[in-house]
Amino acid sequence: MSDATDTGPVLAADGTPLKRSLNRALRREKLRALMLIAPLLLFVLVTFIAPIADMLFRSVENNIVEDTLPRTVVALESWDRMTGEPPDEAVFAALAEDLVIAVETKTHTRLGSRLNYEMTGISSLFRKSGRSVKRWDLATDGPFREKFIELDEDWADVGMWAMIQIYSSRYTSGYFLNSVDLQLSPDGIAAREEDQRIYITLFKRTIFMSLTIMFSCVLLGYPIAWLLANLSAKASNMLLILVLLPFWTSLLVRTSAWKVLLQQQGVINDVLVWVGLVDDGNRLIMINNQFGTIVAMTHILLPFMILPLYSVMQTIPPTYLRAAKSLGATNWTAFWRVYFPQSVPGIGAGCILVFILSIGYYITPELVGGTKGVFISNRIAYHISSSLNWGLGAALGTILLAAVLLLYWAYDKIVGIDNVKLG
Amino acid sequence: MKVTQTLMTASVVALVAGGALAEDMTIVSWGGAYSSSQQNAYHDPYMAANPDVNIINDESSAEAVAKLRAMNEAGNVTWDVVDVVAADAMRLCDEGLAMEIDADTQLAPAPDGTLASEDFGELLVSECFIPQIVYSTTFGYRTDMVGDTPPTSVCAIFDTDAYPGRRSLEKRPINNMEWALLCDGVAKADVYDVLETEEGQAQAFAKLDTIKEDVIWWSAGADTPQLLADGEVVMGSTYNGRLFALIEEQKQPVGMLWDAQVFDLDGWIIPAGLSDERKARALDYIYFATDTQRLADQAKYISYGPARASSAPLVGMHAELGIDMAPHMPTDPENAKNTFLYNYEWWADYRDDLDAKFQAWLSQ
Repeated sequence: MSDATDTGPVLAADGTPLKRSLNRALRREKLRALMLIAPLLLFVLVTFIAPIADMLFRSVENNIVEDTLPRTVVALESWDRMTGEPPDEAVFAALAEDLVIAVETKTHTRLGSRLNYEMTGISSLFRKSGRSVKRWDLATDGPFREKFIELDEDWADVGMWAMIQIYSSRYTSGYFLNSVDLQLSPDGIAAREEDQRIYITLFKRTIFMSLTIMFSCVLLGYPIAWLLANLSAKASNMLLILVLLPFWTSLLVRTSAWKVLLQQQGVINDVLVWVGLVDDGNRLIMINNQFGTIVAMTHILLPFMILPLYSVMQTIPPTYLRAAKSLGATNWTAFWRVYFPQSVPGIGAGCILVFILSIGYYITPELVGGTKGVFISNRIAYHISSSLNWGLGAALGTILLAAVLLLYWAYDKIVGIDNVKLG
Repeated sequence: MKVTQTLMTASVVALVAGGALAEDMTIVSWGGAYSSSQQNAYHDPYMAANPDVNIINDESSAEAVAKLRAMNEAGNVTWDVVDVVAADAMRLCDEGLAMEIDADTQLAPAPDGTLASEDFGELLVSECFIPQIVYSTTFGYRTDMVGDTPPTSVCAIFDTDAYPGRRSLEKRPINNMEWALLCDGVAKADVYDVLETEEGQAQAFAKLDTIKEDVIWWSAGADTPQLLADGEVVMGSTYNGRLFALIEEQKQPVGMLWDAQVFDLDGWIIPAGLSDERKARALDYIYFATDTQRLADQAKYISYGPARASSAPLVGMHAELGIDMAPHMPTDPENAKNTFLYNYEWWADYRDDLDAKFQAWLSQ
């Protein structure tokens, strides 16, 4: 003991200090482990992380204005939009020069549709102007200010020029502002007009309905999982197949089946009318609203709750319940104080699965959600596949992802992520 | 062993030979009855005439715009010819994702020598768009739910006293805004001028408000026919071809309401960025598939009107049902007494803005 302190650090057999030697061995181990997972890691990185990052990056990227109108953007820098006067000849000359090049590469219409997201009418302004500018001679046809304004009086619109000026930087906060019902206007950040506010409502509704679906899944799934775990092997296998059978059926088939059941001329209403509980003229409206979405999605996501619950419940020894009862607990106390706490990890895992799956769902809400049962993901899908406003779609997606991560963090703080088990 | 070997060699040879013989050409369309009408009218005869081309069908037209943009960004366009609606064609053209076509040199003239640009006329709504069919969005109603007074005017959708019950409308502003204004006393010629103003939009929404609680909003073309067949709605808007199938093929008690039908176009685009060889083949196909006879042939299989003026007289009988197709065309004079032409330029500008307002209105 005293020897070691006298002669400095402990040495390994080859004379190097033991600490370094150990570290090296450990590092080698880690490296080897890393190499083992390297193919998967690379695969995930290239095919999953990178595309998502690229997509999310579009929520701030705004190169198109400067790339298409480089000279105009520079010339526009000195223009003061507060004067209320359209820019001077220098800007229009630069615009003519930029547009001639843009028309050749056919990027002017692209810019038009980009700016049209911010201000209605720019799309046709660029398309129309492109057709005429094609025939202009830059050297002799000036001055261009009058020419442009003669072409379309929108070129004298100060608001339109202000819009180009605001959106001329390479990065923009515009998409994010749009996705929380704000907008980047010439006077700074402002609230959108009331008749265009939609995203905050949709975010709130998405979270609220996903939570509702999650709780209905717990309520319906818990007893089934309990049965599965406690029945005889034969009976529980039979039951498990019944749980899995819808899981294997196409999502669209299941959603359409709910339509058949829930619609006003559907099976449930027919039965209720036949029994006499409901008047034929006042059939219940159970679909194309929030109720329909919640019912259909609870059914679709139920297996994701039952399976983790079942696998956790299977590991809870039935003797614990018997022990509790033999010590004088009532049925309820034995369940609530002994059994339930042990099944919490299963509930946690099921809840996370169901909640995260439902927050990103869009097919089912689209089909049975009507107007009040659609989610934010329906708007994301619309912007990605139909309006082609990928920037806004990416911003909405980023916010959704951040919200999920935030909830996950909150869950970790409150319940503890170690307390989640899939089996 | 020997048998397997022989079989394998044979199949390899067949594969190689097949590959060398036939060049694949991917044509994107909508699927269902529409794609099979194209298969019968265009693809099969084209492949018979060009045994070296093998046409592969892809049913992605609904997502074509987004997919083409993604392909274009990735620099690997795998589609050769794409069937899209005119509004999408315009968007693709604006985005530089579709090739510009010169109708007179790249499309077939009519049999009497009329140039294609004249034969298609004003249906050539975009430089990139080759029209194929005229379809219309119109209304069907349950004949057994309207009593003795079947609706004759589009404004019946707003008349919940005379026609109680739910109605289905498409979950987007296009068409609905126009119908609302038309039924609120705006003249047909002024609709888009009115809709351009804040007050006009408010007027249209106010009119739609009167039936908001009675509407089931659809997003898939199959929804309204299903809702009509189930008796869920008393009337609903959808594509005229879907109603034709519902009435003539499935014999449901449904009637057509042609009043104020909104004409729309569907046709081809060729993606930008194809290799010269593929471009030439795509153009060759387009030349063949959009000539006068071919367009008239398609109407044998589906009730959409051919986009060429010269094709109309050639429209004959339905290939299976054996009924005369002309009276079922949206362009038939009897049906086209009161029509409304969708304004592409206008919607290209106002679509984003009005869609935001429409969705906000829906969720209120």
